[in-house]
Amino acid sequence: MRADGRLWALIAASATALMWAVPFAWMAVASLRPGVPPDIASLTPSGPFGLSNFAEAWTSGSFPLWYLNTLLMCGGILAVQLVTISMAGYAFARLDFPGRDLVFALFLLQLLLIPPLLIVPNLATLVSLHLYDTLPGIMAPYFASAFGVFLMRQNFRAIPKDFEEAAMLDGAGVPVLIRHVLLPLARPGLVAFAIVSVTAHWNEFLWPLMAVSSPKNQVLTVGLASFTSGAEAGSAWGVVAAGTFFVAAPLLILFLVFQRRFISSFVYSGIK
Amino acid sequence: MSIEERALGAGAVPVITARRRSYRWLPVVTLLAPSLVFLGLFTYGPVLRVLGESFAVGRFAGEHAIGLGNYHRLFADPHFARAAFNNVVFALGTIVPSLVLALALALALRDTNRFTALLRTLVVMPLLIPLVAAAALFSFILLPGDGLLDFYLHKLGIGMVNWLGDTDLALGSVIAITVWKNTGYYMLFFLAGLAGVPQDLLDAATIDGAGAWRRLRSITLPLLGPTFGFIVPIALVNALTQIDHVVTMTQGGPSDATNLLLYYIYQQAAQNYDTGLASAATVISVAALLSLSLISFRLIERGVHYES
Repeated sequence: MRADGRLWALIAASATALMWAVPFAWMAVASLRPGVPPDIASLTPSGPFGLSNFAEAWTSGSFPLWYLNTLLMCGGILAVQLVTISMAGYAFARLDFPGRDLVFALFLLQLLLIPPLLIVPNLATLVSLHLYDTLPGIMAPYFASAFGVFLMRQNFRAIPKDFEEAAMLDGAGVPVLIRHVLLPLARPGLVAFAIVSVTAHWNEFLWPLMAVSSPKNQVLTVGLASFTSGAEAGSAWGVVAAGTFFVAAPLLILFLVFQRRFISSFVYSGIK
Repeated sequence: MSIEERALGAGAVPVITARRRSYRWLPVVTLLAPSLVFLGLFTYGPVLRVLGESFAVGRFAGEHAIGLGNYHRLFADPHFARAAFNNVVFALGTIVPSLVLALALALALRDTNRFTALLRTLVVMPLLIPLVAAAALFSFILLPGDGLLDFYLHKLGIGMVNWLGDTDLALGSVIAITVWKNTGYYMLFFLAGLAGVPQDLLDAATIDGAGAWRRLRSITLPLLGPTFGFIVPIALVNALTQIDHVVTMTQGGPSDATNLLLYYIYQQAAQNYDTGLASAATVISVAALLSLSLISFRLIERGVHYES
């Protein structure tokens, strides 16, 4: 009886998972079918197959520029975040000061008040800082990360104080201590944070859409939106599938290769 | 001397005994300053600014009065009422099914072997792609006539359906895309939570004659309390901010059927240049999010034990 229940549960889960995979299966199949076949919806067509949709998507969109901008955005955000979160994380983990818990709670507010929600005032701030329509303008609201500070605090706390005390006896100051003693020991936490941060910003759309206006500053998601609306108008669904593949593939491939690391990082993002 | 003072004593700043009280603040302020500057500019500042803007009325030549005019206009606007109503439907319609499905999948795929790992991967994959990429794929899947869904429904003898163009179906379609996108993410949390449910407790209950449903209700669900406690605030933030597919697929239409609060704010700010209305709508949305999250934060406080 019990084994029966497990079996039915697995069958239902398999059916759900297969349904979940359909959009990806269609993307893969349709992107490989040149021209405008009448049965473009079919998941099991008979051919012909070819790569012309990818060539057409690549030349009609500005993918190299969008990739570059997205990489710069994700890399820039992450680089500054690593500095701000390890500094603040250290303060909350190791220093004792009045009002620490209150300040920490104020930090955590940012988990809810994320930039897309505060579009109106954030745009005004960008304009007054002369950062509107620039890549640093897209990045700036994310330079402080409550989640990252929380993560680093937990990580630093888990490190025995002996390491620091030994380093301090050798005359190391706080900056040296953080950079050369604590951060190397907190590497798993840093990797988890990097994965979550890059995934979040690679996939973000509304804020980059609002924060820039000129095509030269567009990132992948914003480029894809304008690219697909053009291709859809011409019913070039194979090209839409190929363009979507260009945007989705880098993270999907990384995920499939480093699956365990990605999953533990995502879980980390909620629990720790 | 405390550890921190010794650490800093090695730096360039000379230690003066008489100023020790103020001296202790230096490392704290220095370490927190970079974060606080950006939080001030892009989190606290904007909240105060949007609050102020929402009460500013009748701007002429740089001058304005304080009043409730924006809120009066907001509450009189049927588009706002529709967006707020839609957002409640969207929140319930995305959160409840995706959490139930995520928990069911986590329970079914709890044991780790090659097969369950493959199924988990398939369910998690939507999490990795941008919502606009999902929107691009679903634009075709939901396309009336030639689209994937109609193509296969036609084989079952079901006629053409305008999934995104029909006012009765559009919000449901947008909800379905969101459930597809988020379920895997929540499943990961449930899998992690289930790993913390002791197997011997479940075995003992089985020996005592408790059925699967009873074990779920009396053991598993209560022990997953903390997991729910942090998933719900995440899900609430998502329900308010995940509108990329509305922007690219439906633009809030047809006739406001998929208009959501943030899309309404976006329209007022980016299309109508009505800062007052956009600010008042932001204040209402933020207030709703904060108060709803506070309730679930209480659940976290009760359930999660932080290591110290």
